[in-house]
Amino acid sequence: MTAFLQSTFNGLVSGAFYALLALGLAVIFGMLRVVNFAHGAFYMLGAFGAYVLLAEAGVPFWLALVVVPLALALLGMALERAFIHRLTRLDPLYNFLLTFGLTLILQDLVKLRYGVQSSPYEAPAGLRGSVDLGLFDFPTYRVFILGFAVAVCVGVWWALARTRVGMVARAATERPELTRALGINVGRWITPVFGFGTALAGLAGVLAAPMRAVNPLMGADLIIVVFAVVVIGGLGSIFGSVAAGFGIGMAQAWAEAYLSAFPIVAQTIVFIVMAAVLFWRPAGLFGRAEAPA
Amino acid sequence: MTSTVESRSEPAGRGTPSGLAAAARAPGWARYALLVTGLAVALWLPNGLYPAVAVDILCWALFAVAVDLLLGFTGLLSFGHAAFWGVSAYATGLVAIHLGLPFPAAVLAGAFAAAVLAVPIGYLAVRRTGIYFAMVTLAFAQLVYHVANEWRSVTQGENGLQGVPRELFGLDLTDDYYFYYAILPIVLLGLAGAWRIVHSPFGRVLVGIRDNPARARALGYPVHRYKLTVFVLSGFLAGLGGGLFAVSHRFVSLEVLHWTTSGKAVIVVVLGGIGTLWGGVLGAGILVRLEDWLSFSGFEAIGLVTGGIFVAVVLLFRRGIWGTASALARRRWGRRD
Repeated sequence: MTAFLQSTFNGLVSGAFYALLALGLAVIFGMLRVVNFAHGAFYMLGAFGAYVLLAEAGVPFWLALVVVPLALALLGMALERAFIHRLTRLDPLYNFLLTFGLTLILQDLVKLRYGVQSSPYEAPAGLRGSVDLGLFDFPTYRVFILGFAVAVCVGVWWALARTRVGMVARAATERPELTRALGINVGRWITPVFGFGTALAGLAGVLAAPMRAVNPLMGADLIIVVFAVVVIGGLGSIFGSVAAGFGIGMAQAWAEAYLSAFPIVAQTIVFIVMAAVLFWRPAGLFGRAEAPA
Repeated sequence: MTSTVESRSEPAGRGTPSGLAAAARAPGWARYALLVTGLAVALWLPNGLYPAVAVDILCWALFAVAVDLLLGFTGLLSFGHAAFWGVSAYATGLVAIHLGLPFPAAVLAGAFAAAVLAVPIGYLAVRRTGIYFAMVTLAFAQLVYHVANEWRSVTQGENGLQGVPRELFGLDLTDDYYFYYAILPIVLLGLAGAWRIVHSPFGRVLVGIRDNPARARALGYPVHRYKLTVFVLSGFLAGLGGGLFAVSHRFVSLEVLHWTTSGKAVIVVVLGGIGTLWGGVLGAGILVRLEDWLSFSGFEAIGLVTGGIFVAVVLLFRRGIWGTASALARRRWGRRD
């Protein structure tokens, strides 16, 4: 029982990263109809931002947790204005391709400067060691990540459901023409929403820095898993994306714990689940069906 | 949400269902001139380039045409074609090493393995369209990558398959120059096959599905089955390229299955021109040559250049090189319908 809870907890922690990344992807997709391939690169930049700030300027983790997402929001908004904006009238595939090109560029820029080896980053003093959760001890930093990620997801949900900005965003997502006809300037919100999405990716990156190896390729492999996660949850559904993120994290952890003889299962379970979802519910668990094609 | 890359990228009413269809309406002498020029370049290539680079160009040309068959003529962006290229590379390598068959037979076996793999992946992937199709194929390719990485007894894991023989009835093909001419007929057959598919009634239905899936369905065409068929054919073609790649390098590493390989194939197609078929061949020539030159001059951040090319092409000339050139040619000489 203790072992089960422990692996469930580990799964929730890695699921928190999937959920944060899937949330950013879903928010951007909802407003812009763009699938941002560079999302993984922004996550990587977030982790590198935290590392560089600490190593070269002595900026502590807590400050980085605020500064880095803000900086990435600005970078995201700049890229949206400079590139993505120009392609929004075309097929969404073009922006997928564009952000893929941006991923290669961002990755190689970091690689040129810092090489491919992993850089160490220590958790802040207050979050080292472990806490007693009753049945077992658990690393403090992981507990923090889980709580923080859940708070962010709930906060975003609250903002979308209860605030005026959120209502505009949801309306613009579902009926852009009608929203415009009601006198709401939809275009004004596109760039900030994109920046918000990249900030979420950067936030996930900062959170990952003390836990995962910080290297230029850390985002690329992760983003493919997150793509599978959003296909499972249904990209149009913010709740679905987050739920699928946590769910896949747990499924991976259980596979690691109970099928340790077959490590391949834990690595590929997300893709197997995706295949099953495509078979039985092609629109995703929480998604709406597309127009028949 | 339909995925009609071409039709939405071009202003409505221009009425060019595809670059190739336009080329088919070009004056007869132009078509033959292009064909003769193309063949002449193919025959001359290893004399003008480092032969190993010329061989790579041939392999990537097949790969690009396979991707364009889906992207340009069916409106499906596969971002996971490395699965077919790579699985065929491994299958070809294993057949060549363990059975000692002549390399064309091994490559054929590899391409069949890729086509077999394309059946389940395609069956599931064609249930989604547009951007989802791209994400789903990418994810399945990553699944194949993980399996190859774990299945070390067969794939040798990170060491890769070494010593893939270039066996052809005892001929000495160790020199890339002669190997180029040994594989050229296979590549030309593959390209001719792709041309045949596009110009068959089957290919016209594909373009119809790309431009208006709902209408194609209303006309009674089983859309999913058409998409699955072209997906498998495309997997076979990509596998043909991947198998030749394995034999030419005499070595297969996990890189053949990596997502960057899928991405590179898409870059080649977009650079050459989506929906132009021959554009992919041209794009392969340019990108392979460029990458070779960059790595030869010790430039390490190749992704900076390929990524930059990609961004520039997508932003500035979405028709790619072939598409832009044929549009210019049509404006200059007009159509003779």
